[in-house]
Amino acid sequence: MSETIIILIKVVCALVWFLLITLYLTWVERKESAVIQDRIGANRASILGIRIIGLFQPFADAIKMIFKEDFTPRFSRRFLHNLAPFISFFFVAITISAIPFGDVLRIGGQEIKLQVMDINVGLLFVLAMLSLGIYGIILSGWSSNNRYALIGGMRGAAQLISYEVALGLSLIGLIMVYPSLNLSTIVHYQGELLFGWLPKWGVFLQPLGLLIFFFAALAETKRIPFDLPEGENEIVGFFTEYSGLKWGLFMMTDFMEVLIVSTLLTTLFFGGWQVPWLAADGFHFPWGSEWLLPHGIVVIFQVAAFNIKVFFFCWLQILIRWTYPRFRYDQVMDLGWKLLIPLSLANIVATAILLSI
Amino acid sequence: MIKALGYFLEIIRGSIITTRHFVVNMHFHFMKLFRIKTKRKGAVTIQYPEEKREIATRHRSLHRLMTNKDGKPRCVACMLCVTVCPSECIYVEAAEDPDLEVQKYPSTFIIDLSRCCFCGFCVEACPEDAIRMDTGQIEFAEYSREDLIYNLEKLIG
Repeated sequence: MSETIIILIKVVCALVWFLLITLYLTWVERKESAVIQDRIGANRASILGIRIIGLFQPFADAIKMIFKEDFTPRFSRRFLHNLAPFISFFFVAITISAIPFGDVLRIGGQEIKLQVMDINVGLLFVLAMLSLGIYGIILSGWSSNNRYALIGGMRGAAQLISYEVALGLSLIGLIMVYPSLNLSTIVHYQGELLFGWLPKWGVFLQPLGLLIFFFAALAETKRIPFDLPEGENEIVGFFTEYSGLKWGLFMMTDFMEVLIVSTLLTTLFFGGWQVPWLAADGFHFPWGSEWLLPHGIVVIFQVAAFNIKVFFFCWLQILIRWTYPRFRYDQVMDLGWKLLIPLSLANIVATAILLSI
Repeated sequence: MIKALGYFLEIIRGSIITTRHFVVNMHFHFMKLFRIKTKRKGAVTIQYPEEKREIATRHRSLHRLMTNKDGKPRCVACMLCVTVCPSECIYVEAAEDPDLEVQKYPSTFIIDLSRCCFCGFCVEACPEDAIRMDTGQIEFAEYSREDLIYNLEKLIG
């Protein structure tokens, strides 16, 4: 019984964390783009005249989206048209269940893993779910029965085949270094030290893998350097025929993918919840000194480290989105097939040679 | 390959520019948060309804009709402004004044601000310096077109 309750609490906590940060990413995106462009950004939303630098903006946006007309065009395939945003939303939202937020938390003799599901093939699960998300985009483009939406959906499919291979191949080197597909085990491996002082994070062991994964993951989020399916200024995109809350779901999916990519980068390449030199009983610095901490503080340190790393990568992705222009259709293909896949294959070979020495 | 590397370096340079803007602007925003005076602000924009930009003295804003010392309009209803107005938004009806010095005065003077293009020709044409556009008032939006038709009292007041 208590097991079930713990699982339920974990599910609720993870989803609330996920959706709340997604909601606020919309605000962060507006603010960060404003600061980059010497503006101030959304700061007008207020409750009873109180406006804390526009922190109520996401709720104002949500209320607007809910009350807008949800219009389904007559010529669309109604069932698939309604289903598509939910598919795209669901498959991204479910991936958070495999991400470890921290190590075990001990309360009253019970050990709680700070992870919703510790799946043995967690990495494959996350990758599979992220790839399934493209179904929503293809379906929405197709079922809208609108030429531009269809072009958007087809572009999404074409983009998928050019980055998905590199996305998978770039992680093989990582799996060779940390021989596991279990995300929490991968994070545990990254707690060890290299040469006695350098944390054994993926970024130090797989720098090329990180670079390839980052590019492919940026393509996965379908945001500006790789926003072929959308292309606001030329084809409007796969969600041309959507309005109201269903369009909002597509937009949320965008930001959820940003967040998921950040958590994946953190978990796989930047040590997840690991703080350098922090073991289960406190800090053990490489110069010999120690700083012992109680269990609760250590857990807080770990969760905070995870969050800080995730926020940093969200920031970086938004920065990239506001810096670069869009890749052309053939440039994405070139990048995927001619650069990223050969490089990831080379990365696998190099990793294998280094491991066998 | 070398070309691709060059592109890559350019990409990194581009991100450094945006990062520099972000860091510098955030620095000034934080300075403002802690009430530390700095030479410049974090943003170049002006928060409009609260902060207003100073209007230049020669800026053409809402019209006003000048009055004589006795409170009567200076206008002598010569119709020059009506003639010169390119938007045809001024309507003047003359009436006879018993005072022989004045002889003519406007019984109605209407400016349709929904048509006015603020060219300032009426001010230039006026021989009596009776109409000026120096109120500095630039916010007179209304919910209906009728409210934008300004009559004599509104223009003097």
